[in-house]
This record gives sequence, C-alpha cells and structure tokens, in this order.
Amino acid sequence: MSIDMRQFHDSFFEESAEHLDEMERILMQVDLESPSADDLDSIFRAAHSIKGGSGIFGFDALGVVTHVMENLLDKVRAREMALESDLVEILLRTGDTLRTILGAYRGGESIPWTEVNQATEALEKVLKSHDGAPVEEPDVGSTPPETVGYGFFPAKPQPTEDDGFGFFEPDTAAAPIDEGFGFFDELPSGASPVAPESGPGFGFFGEEGGAAAAGSDSIAHPTKGIPPKADREAPGNAGDGEAESAVGHQKSVSPPVPKTSGGPSKTSAEKSLGREKRSSHESTSIRVDTLKVDQLINLVGELVITQSMLLDICKDVEGHNGERLERVLGELVRNTRELQESVMSVRMLPISFAFSRFPRVVRDLAGKLGKSIDLIVEGSETELDKGLIEKLVDPLTHLVRNSVDHGIETREARKAAGKPEKGNVVLRALQQGGNVVIEVADDGGGLDREKIIDKAIQRGLPLPDNPSDRDVWQLIMAPGFSTATVVTEVSGRGVGMDVVKRNIEALGGRLDILSAKGQGTTFSIHLPLTLAIVDGLCVLAGDQTFIIPLVNIIESMAPDAGSIKTLAGQDKLLSVRNHYWPVVALGAVMQVEKGTLDAEHSIMVLVEAGRRRFALQVDELVGQQQVVIKSLEQHYRRVSGVAGATILGDGGVALILDIEALAEHAISSETMEASTV
Amino acid sequence: MNEDQLTAAVSSENGQEFLTFTLGTEHYALDILKVKEIRGYDAVTKIANAPAFIKGVINLRGDIVPIIDLRMKFDIGDVTYNEFTIVIVLQINSRYVGVVVDAVSDVITLGKEDVRPAPEFGVSFDSRYLLGLASVGESMVVVIDIERLISSDEIGLMDQVSESSLTEPH
Repeated sequence: MSIDMRQFHDSFFEESAEHLDEMERILMQVDLESPSADDLDSIFRAAHSIKGGSGIFGFDALGVVTHVMENLLDKVRAREMALESDLVEILLRTGDTLRTILGAYRGGESIPWTEVNQATEALEKVLKSHDGAPVEEPDVGSTPPETVGYGFFPAKPQPTEDDGFGFFEPDTAAAPIDEGFGFFDELPSGASPVAPESGPGFGFFGEEGGAAAAGSDSIAHPTKGIPPKADREAPGNAGDGEAESAVGHQKSVSPPVPKTSGGPSKTSAEKSLGREKRSSHESTSIRVDTLKVDQLINLVGELVITQSMLLDICKDVEGHNGERLERVLGELVRNTRELQESVMSVRMLPISFAFSRFPRVVRDLAGKLGKSIDLIVEGSETELDKGLIEKLVDPLTHLVRNSVDHGIETREARKAAGKPEKGNVVLRALQQGGNVVIEVADDGGGLDREKIIDKAIQRGLPLPDNPSDRDVWQLIMAPGFSTATVVTEVSGRGVGMDVVKRNIEALGGRLDILSAKGQGTTFSIHLPLTLAIVDGLCVLAGDQTFIIPLVNIIESMAPDAGSIKTLAGQDKLLSVRNHYWPVVALGAVMQVEKGTLDAEHSIMVLVEAGRRRFALQVDELVGQQQVVIKSLEQHYRRVSGVAGATILGDGGVALILDIEALAEHAISSETMEASTV
Repeated sequence: MNEDQLTAAVSSENGQEFLTFTLGTEHYALDILKVKEIRGYDAVTKIANAPAFIKGVINLRGDIVPIIDLRMKFDIGDVTYNEFTIVIVLQINSRYVGVVVDAVSDVITLGKEDVRPAPEFGVSFDSRYLLGLASVGESMVVVIDIERLISSDEIGLMDQVSESSLTEPH
C-alpha cells in the first residue's frame, strides 16, 4: 500500500509543479488592465488543484498557503479585486514558496514553516486590506463604454452589507449559489455581460480586443462602445497612435508571443489562438516515461539498419522474385521512414518549455538592476528534441541574464545614446534546414572591440594580426576570460561564456556572436534538430566509408587540373572561383590504411563549420542517406574529428565526421603535418 | 598481487570457471563470467589516432564495440588475421570490448588452492593485471584479472580523468 501512495505522491508533485509553472506563465503574460477570464480561471484552478491534492495527502503546509491563495484568487477571478502588479509580485513569490514546500515534501525534508507563515501572512494582508476598504475596479471603471456589460458594476457601487462583495449582488442574486463556492457560479455572470449579443464564447475575444485599447487612458476612441463583435475587429484597423500608446502601457515584460509590427491587436489574437490550441492539447496528452520513448527510438533505429541490410540483399536477387521483393521493400522503406518520423516526433517538444521561464528571469533581474526591459519571444512553437531542450536551459539562462545585465545599458545611458529608455531582449527560435537556430539578441551597447583586444593581449591570448570582428568576439568565449572592466564598468560579458560554448558544443551545436557597437549583440545557437539521426553524405577514403553531415556540405566537385596549389611544399589549397580553400585529406587525417588517391584525382567536398571553410579530399562519393547516430563513447571513447558512428547496409561501421573538429585540424598546420605522417 | 583479489576471483568452494586461450605459445585464462560471446575476427573500422593494438570498432548487433589485439599490446606471438582468428567479446561493467586472441582452448575450473601467486617478472603482463599462475596438465596457465586490465589507463579504452575534467564547469 505504501508504494501505491508514493506513486500518487509523485504524480501529485509533478502535477503541482506543472500547475505552478502554468500559474507563473500566466501571471507573467497577463494583461493587468483587463485580464481575461480564462487566465484568471487557470490561475485559480492551479491553486485550487494543489490545495485539493495537499488536503488528500495531508501536506498541511501546502494546504495552508494555497487555501489563502485560493481565496484571494477567487476574488480576483470574480473581478472584485484588481490584479495589480503588486499582487502579481506577491503571487509570484508565493509560487516560489510553494515550490520550496513541494521540494521539501518531495525530498522528505523538514518543512520551512517560517516561509510558509510569511507567505500566508502576505496573502492574508492583501485579503484584509481588500476587505477593509472598498476597492476600485480600475479595469472596469476605466473602460466603461467598450463593454456594455461592465457598466453594471460601477453603476452600483454599493459597498456591501456583509462581506464586501456587494458589487456583485445583482448578479449573484440572479444566479443561485451555494455557500462556500459561490464564486464558481459568478464566473459566467462575470463574463457574459462582455458579450451579450454574440454569446459567451466570443466574450473572451471581445475582452482581448478591448485589452489593446484599455491600456490607453483615452476613452474617446470611435470603435469603443459598440458591440463586442465589432470591437474584436476594431483593433486590427487601429494601427494609429492610440493603439501604439496602449503598448506603452503594457507591463515591462511582454507576453511570450511573437510580437510583430502589426501592433497589439495581432498579439492578442495570437494569444487567444495559442490558448485554444493549448487547452485541446492538454486534454489529449498522456504522460509517458522518456525511457520508454528512448527504447522505442532505439528499436526503430535497429529496424532502419535491418531494412537497409535487406535492401542490400535485395540487389542480389534476380528475376521475378527480385522485382516483387523490391516493390515490397519499397513499401517497407516508406513505412519505416514514417514510423521513424512519428517516433522521433514523440520526443519533440516546443521550445516554449525552455523559453517559458525567461519572462520571469528578465522581469526579476531587470527589476533588480533598475532597468526597464521588454522580453520579446518569437518562434516558441519551434520543436526540438526534449533532451536538447533540457540541456539548453542553462546556457540560455546564462545568455539571457548576460543580455539583461551587461547587454542592455542603464536607462540614463540609453537616453544619452538617443535610444528609447526601454531596452529589448529578443529570444527567438527558428528552424533552418536540419538545424534549429536560437537567438538571444539585445539592443544594448554591443561588445567593445578595443577593450576585448586589450584584455586578450594582457592575458596573452593568441590573436591574428588583423583580427576580424568574429575573431574578436570569439575571444570572450576563451576559458577564464574573466572580464571585469572589459565590456562594461560593472563586469564583463565573458563570465562563464566558455562554459556556455562548451555546453552547446557538447550538444553538437555551435555558438556565434554578432555585435555592433551601440546597436546590440546577438548570440545565436545552432543546434541539430535531434541527436539521433543525421542526413549525411557517404564518402570513401581508401577502404573506409565516412559520413559527412549534410548540414556542413556546401558543394562537392572534381578539381580541375591546376586548381590545386601547394603552399610551403606541404599544405594544399584548392582554388575555386577565385577563392582558396585549404585542403584536408580525409584519408590522412583519419589514418586510413590503404592508400588514397592523390589530390588531383580525388573528389573535393567543400564543407563549412562555424564559418570556417575547407575542402575535404575524399576518393569517391557513395551517396546520400539518413543515418542513425550510434555512440562511440558507450563502449569506447570520444575520438577527435568523429561525431559518432553508424551502421551501414552491409553491417559494417562507418564513422560520422565532426567537421567542426576537423576544421581545428585544418587551421593548425602542425597538426596537419603530424597527422599526415 | 594481493590475497584479497585472489579470494574474490576464486571465491566459491568448488572453484570458479575460467576460459583459457592462447597468445602465441602461452596459455592464459580469464573469468568466464565476463565473456559475452566468442566470434570470428571480422573486418574492423579503423579509428584514427588510436594506439596500434586498438584495431578499430565493429558492429555487434547495433552496438559499436572496440576491438583490441592483446597480441600486439603485449607483443606475444605473430599478429596475423585469418579465418581462425578469434575475438572474445567481454562485458566489463556495462561496456563491451572485443579481444583478439590466437585461439580459445577450454573452460577449466580452478579452486583457490590451484592458483599460485605469479612471479614479479617472467610473464608478458604487468603483475597488476594477474591473479596468479595455475598448472593445467603439463602447461602453465596465466590467470588474468581481465576487468582490471581492460579498464586500465594503459589500454586507454575509456575516457577517464581527462574527459571528466573537460566537461566539468568551473
């Protein structure tokens, strides 16, 4: 029995954590001026569910806090209490406390009762202050004409016979309610006046649309005061100054939805769409252990290998049977590919799982630093392997904090530079071929080239004679490039950048930096879509097959006679359309035993990695195929220049090249010589 | 060579089973419980920048398994590869590794009293990797501590100190 309970505990902890995340997410993006009923409901439900669960399992500390929280949220939900930024702050902090308590219960540690009591007191204080004084309803009062239904509330500001809920007396009287949970019934009554004509379903949209205009203090907008249906469309046309000013009134942290020049109307429309999608998603999902998924992926990988072996055998079968076999195998190939894609997609999650925490991070940090910063999140629906997302959180957090801390200047500095006081940090994800690109961009001061060079010289870091910007930016990722006074007066950007770079490289990705003085800095992370499969080009060098990841390949060619130049008698250069490419002989670097062809008779594959380009000299191109990446490290160890291995159709092993690491070879001629012995 | 190891390896009262094999003219034995399978030598995929005795990797039903040639490592016998060349696939901890030997001979049971301490010199193996010597009929069998040998730095199959220090953040 005790095991059973433990199981329930685990899922309770997990679900509660999700509820808290959801609550935080909503709190971060909610429009304070006129929060949508959906959002308020969700927050309330989160607290309510945690309270319910903690009651069942006897987690008193959780119960105490969530109980007060629930009461408070209920009033907010019933629109008796405005969701002010102070309240949001308290709720966020309460969320943190709840996480701590959850963690304590989960780890079997002692309950931090002082924190519990503090959180409870803070909430109770808010409740009391509300009960004591009749509270104005700013979201309602300031926008009477836009929604006819809201007109009721300020029209009857009768504070309260018994409990201060007097505002709602007319409504509650109409709707029969039971004692403690009357608030539930109040909800529809609170929402329905918004859209008396178009039905409750559209009420939310009307409200969202209204949100755009509600921010502005002016109430003379011509689109207001007309029925919600028109109201919903109106902001779309309202690309005028007033809509612009509404943006200005939004909280310093934007909702994590793509923000476009189209203005706030688009934002809120997408917000509603996103919510609908999310709720339908929740209702149909199941929770599966990732181990099971991984097992499935492995099995499918095996299946793909077996299938390509079958295809090999099929080539030897002649006559009628051969044709039949080929046809059937063709079908099998299609099915397996689809199966593989579906299974892989199970592991894919939208990157919002990683992005969702950043509004909070930016908000807290910006508040602490006294800066005002908008976080703009784009492309959070981009899908990425779950394992990658988890491992991305740390490097991303570092980059975002970096941008907020060191990237964006202080308000005064921004003003002096003629920029708007409010800085922007953009978190953007997009898919580019077989890669996912994640960017952290700020419109701050940019990196200071001279200071970085000075610092590098001080530290004796190797530096080319005429370093390009790119070379210079790479310097901040040198280990221990600790940067007090390098970039800003407070501290520098290099802190831990080497760790970020290494973490990203460990995921098979790379980190690029773009920066312009006075205009900002962009860190872009390029990652493979998944860790398990790569599209590659099979090539031969000597008697061995190698796989070059397709993402690295620019083109391949048979060199013309005379296009290969020799440098210092050793290094070769390939001249292609007036560009010289250093040549790396694959057979030599990989120490292939059987002799390889000389440069003039071999094939050159032009490859690129991390903006470093070179020509890879191979004997023969075999063909393009999708290969399952097998770990070399599982039974052996990491090999330089090799990203992994795969199993070929004949059952043999081929190494998948790590072009980035080979490029390191290519730039240092000493290693070249050493490896060509 | 210490007593505890020997006791651990040759634990049960009836002794323990060992697989004997030959390298050149010498006879060796290793703990049979470490053996996953025995297979013929097949084409390997060479790995760059590895010592010569690491022949490369093979596909063992989807696992990429390194193959090492003990004859080359310890410079015993002629290194030739033909259809009779044998690979003993071992499972050491959770890792697989294939070991090329000249021939596999027998499975023998050795009790504790059968295994005598090895001399400090006179065999090709460093005494750290030996459990002792045993006499089987006319011949002498060198009992190897295969787990210790395979996971040693000397073989260098596994990333140990060097790798972990690389990935550790400051």
